[in-house]
Amino acid sequence: MTAQTTATSVTTAVDVDAPIERAFHVFTAEIGSWWDVDKHILGAELADMEFQPWVGGNIIDRGVDGSECRWARVIAYEPPTRVCFSWDINPRWQLQVDPQNTSEVEITFAAIGSGRTHVTLTHRHLDRHGDGWEAMRDAVGSGWNLARFAEVAGLADPP
Amino acid sequence: MTNATVLLEAIGEPTRRAIFERLAVHPGAVGELADELPVTRSAVSQHLKILKSAGLLTDRAIGTRRIYSVDPAALAVIREYFDSFWTASLAAFRATAEQPAPEKS
Repeated sequence: MTAQTTATSVTTAVDVDAPIERAFHVFTAEIGSWWDVDKHILGAELADMEFQPWVGGNIIDRGVDGSECRWARVIAYEPPTRVCFSWDINPRWQLQVDPQNTSEVEITFAAIGSGRTHVTLTHRHLDRHGDGWEAMRDAVGSGWNLARFAEVAGLADPP
Repeated sequence: MTNATVLLEAIGEPTRRAIFERLAVHPGAVGELADELPVTRSAVSQHLKILKSAGLLTDRAIGTRRIYSVDPAALAVIREYFDSFWTASLAAFRATAEQPAPEKS
């Protein structure tokens, strides 16, 4: 697994022991099976996620109380090689309704032989989130569990 | 690299957050911030000092005024966050994708 950053984007890649069609399917249709259940902006606990498989569709989080949040717009849907969606969450971890202030996530899938897939994810235009970077870090502490983030990021000493 | 704990402390205070957000829109001096926010000039100075020491602000002297602005390097915060977030997410994705596909009923 590799990770790199540019000024306004981050790129991460991973090789998966699965055929390209399955990799694409798991990333999209089965997004709820691997997405961290703590990573959502619903008021209630996350019950399930839906990835609508068409351009103009949404990624929808649904809460156990019936609430829902459409936090991404599908920009490209090209199975099994490419999918792209907007990241409509602002640095305060609220829904960002102005597309000018949203970033973009693109995932490409490339077959390695018949049974493996190279998956590359780029989250770009991070600068479009504008002000409030500090709030994002702050919100990580309140909404998106800070201890868990710190553990992953290796940024803070364990308590 | 900015220490995450220092950063969190710096922005965890509502007035400091308000100051930072105001400066993200327009760079400004102590006096302007004190006029716009319900805090004294000396309180603003203290907050600016803390934000600056956390690496969130830069300042420059223009005549007798000191103008504060958001440090472009603060964007590194958001990059670090997503870098970690997606690395962890893709690891979870891989683990799931490598499991045998569930049988269709």
